[in-house]
Amino acid sequence: MQIDVHTISIEPARKAYDHMVRRFGDKPASRYQEASYDLQATENLHYKPTWDPEQELYDTSITKVVMEDWHDLKDPRQYYYSPYVLNRSREQEAVTSTFKFVESRGLIESLPDEVHELAAKILLPLRHAAWGANQHNTFICGYGYSVTFTQPCIYQAMDNLGIAQYLTNIGLMLGGTDLLDEAKQSWLDDSAWQPLRRYVEDCLVVRDPFELFIAQNVALDGLLYPLVYKYIVDDYMAKKGGSTISMLTQFMPTWFDETSKWVNAVVKVAAKESEHNHDVINAWLEQWVSRATAAILLIVEMAIGDKTDEVINDHVNALKNRLEKLGFNS
Amino acid sequence: MDMKVKQKKLNKKEKYTVQTRDLGWEPTYQSKDKIFPYVEYEGIKIHDWDKWEDPFRLSMDSYWKYQAEKERKYYAILDSFAQTNGHLNLTSARYLSAIKIFQQAITPGEYAAHKGFARAGREFPGAGTQVACQMQSIDEIRHAQTQVHGVSNYNKYYNGFHDFTQQRDRIWYTSLARSFFDDATSAGPFEFMIAIGFSFEYVLTNLLFVPFMSGAAYNGDIASVTFGFSAQSDEARHMTLGLECIKFMLEQDPDNLPIVQGWIDKWFWRGIRLLSLVGSMMDYMLPKKVMSWKEAWQIYGVENGGALFNDLARYGIRPPKGWEDADKAMDHVSHQLMLGLHQWNFGTSFHTDVPTEEEMDWLSAKYPDTFDKYYRPRWNFMKEQAEKGKPFKNMGLPKLCQVCQSPGLYTEPDDPTMLCHRETVFENEKYQFCSDHCMDIFNNEPEKYVQAYLPMNQLFQAPLYGDLNAWMDWVSLRDGVDNGDYELSEDKKNFDKWRNDVKSNSVD
Repeated sequence: MQIDVHTISIEPARKAYDHMVRRFGDKPASRYQEASYDLQATENLHYKPTWDPEQELYDTSITKVVMEDWHDLKDPRQYYYSPYVLNRSREQEAVTSTFKFVESRGLIESLPDEVHELAAKILLPLRHAAWGANQHNTFICGYGYSVTFTQPCIYQAMDNLGIAQYLTNIGLMLGGTDLLDEAKQSWLDDSAWQPLRRYVEDCLVVRDPFELFIAQNVALDGLLYPLVYKYIVDDYMAKKGGSTISMLTQFMPTWFDETSKWVNAVVKVAAKESEHNHDVINAWLEQWVSRATAAILLIVEMAIGDKTDEVINDHVNALKNRLEKLGFNS
Repeated sequence: MDMKVKQKKLNKKEKYTVQTRDLGWEPTYQSKDKIFPYVEYEGIKIHDWDKWEDPFRLSMDSYWKYQAEKERKYYAILDSFAQTNGHLNLTSARYLSAIKIFQQAITPGEYAAHKGFARAGREFPGAGTQVACQMQSIDEIRHAQTQVHGVSNYNKYYNGFHDFTQQRDRIWYTSLARSFFDDATSAGPFEFMIAIGFSFEYVLTNLLFVPFMSGAAYNGDIASVTFGFSAQSDEARHMTLGLECIKFMLEQDPDNLPIVQGWIDKWFWRGIRLLSLVGSMMDYMLPKKVMSWKEAWQIYGVENGGALFNDLARYGIRPPKGWEDADKAMDHVSHQLMLGLHQWNFGTSFHTDVPTEEEMDWLSAKYPDTFDKYYRPRWNFMKEQAEKGKPFKNMGLPKLCQVCQSPGLYTEPDDPTMLCHRETVFENEKYQFCSDHCMDIFNNEPEKYVQAYLPMNQLFQAPLYGDLNAWMDWVSLRDGVDNGDYELSEDKKNFDKWRNDVKSNSVD
């Protein structure tokens, strides 16, 4: 039985806001559309930024990528704030209960020494790399153009921070703040970590939001997450009795798969827009993918030794296949 | 070391420290100057970013959890409000003028604040500060979006809401808010924090939100009330961030004091000028009134703000320079602005009216020294003219203040019968102002304010060349539908009919 909750039935005068109708036709708009299109001021910007009077307050010319309409770079996940936090909230519930489980069963204590040490050595310095990713995505959000393109970047930045915090919590379980301090020292001094730290710091001075998007979200994440979380943790370490670690990092591979859908969509649409964009992005990809490969080489070697070249090659090829589907033939 | 030694449990503060500020490091491959290029030009000296006290300690997993709970509730109530024609429980559709202004002027400001905090969240060299700014950035986009969703249902049934994005950029009165937020985001990261984080969020937010949300509650607007409650805990975090930020700047170096004081003076005045719109809303647009604008100022301005500036006195901070003039103006601003809006209501995407006798009596009780003396006669005149079939419309366009963008309708602080105009010349051009304080702001940074976009002046330029009808199309204003008096409006006709349909059994 259907109960009509309306006391009276009123014919709506209009189906959607005018800016929705202009974009999508005279039909009801989704909440994603309402939350994402045209919220940024576009005309009659009052003042040039005092921090860089060469720029407009919202400026399409600070990147080499050219879009007829930056709103075309939309998010296939259709994330606006609400679905974003609802999803992450569900995911963190699972992670929190796993951490509790591991703690209450004393599973860290029963890790083989080799795995314990490896987890500390590989995962903990990565909290600083995740912080770097947070900086870059915050930058893209702040300076990029159009809500559809930039709002996922603040979600991504907060995710990067969440990942850095999960890694921190893992460090606290593995060996407390001393171990985190040691890991930070490795990040700062150990030769194996320097190429990656250099990569992150070099990205901190890149002020083209789209180039930064490629360097962080495509090139570095595209190699690092599959290599570290899917291969080293979930496969290599798990085989040595380290599935506990893989339980604790469960958020990361799932997150990578989810966010890749968005990253792919952005790159694909931007490249398809014009030959110019394609070439600009392609040049960035060539530069940053090879740099990212070099940046993680020593870290992977530290973890797995002999098979490093083979494993890295496989992952680079996988990334190249992914990029091929987005319109880039290497 | 033996890593399996049981670790001592960290307290909340220690844990938050390792989860945030310990993530950062001193760079060596690139210079800090290149990584943080905007942090020095404003002249603020910071010696030790580690002295920053985290104003709140919220890890990302807790953030997701708490915010998700609030989002679930908000959208559940919003959906039920839409499904049950909740808009018919409003005291009157006249109330919606307040929501129309809010949506056209303030909602875009929430989005601008989101962008600004993302930039600040990247540009400050301290990880603790950055995380706090990033959280405010994501909160602000939340507020913009929940407001757009909340109002979306009203837009389906009522006029004036339909093109708020175009009107944000083009219609004249939204430039009060646009210029405010553009001014803040085009400033450096420290001034931005004083403008939005301190002045707007701390000193003025209660003046904006409390009256606004009470007004919504008094008038049956459950959608906006729910938004208000949902945003409140975010606002509490934002207020502590604003306060921490100002204390941090003041504690780091004595040279920061005059710079910060200058910004407080500027942003208090810009903020209070902007909030005049809220004053008119409270005194005139709410069918069921909460308190007068002057009373709100007494409680949230004078009492709370007074306590705040007493607290800051130990740093050498004095109350904002414009405080006394703002206080004097409280007896007048809402009336003067509303009289202006009503005369120009052919150009507003909301409705206005001459207040009823009952409302004028309320205004007279709330403003015993000024309403009957200065403002009731003018409203009576307007009423008489309207009754004669010659409603008073001011077809002249007002001169706008170069800084705050108000029409030149405010009076001298000590003479409510004399319009206040100030003028200055910069590089052979004349510039007009509504007050000494706006002129001071200009004189301090003329290169910035000469760039201001003045919508009235624009009307005379290409592509409109003074053509009012073309202007209406350009700002997406439908003459006779979105604008004018509420009493004559389609909104009123519809609302009355629908309300009647709810109560009666007539067959169409």
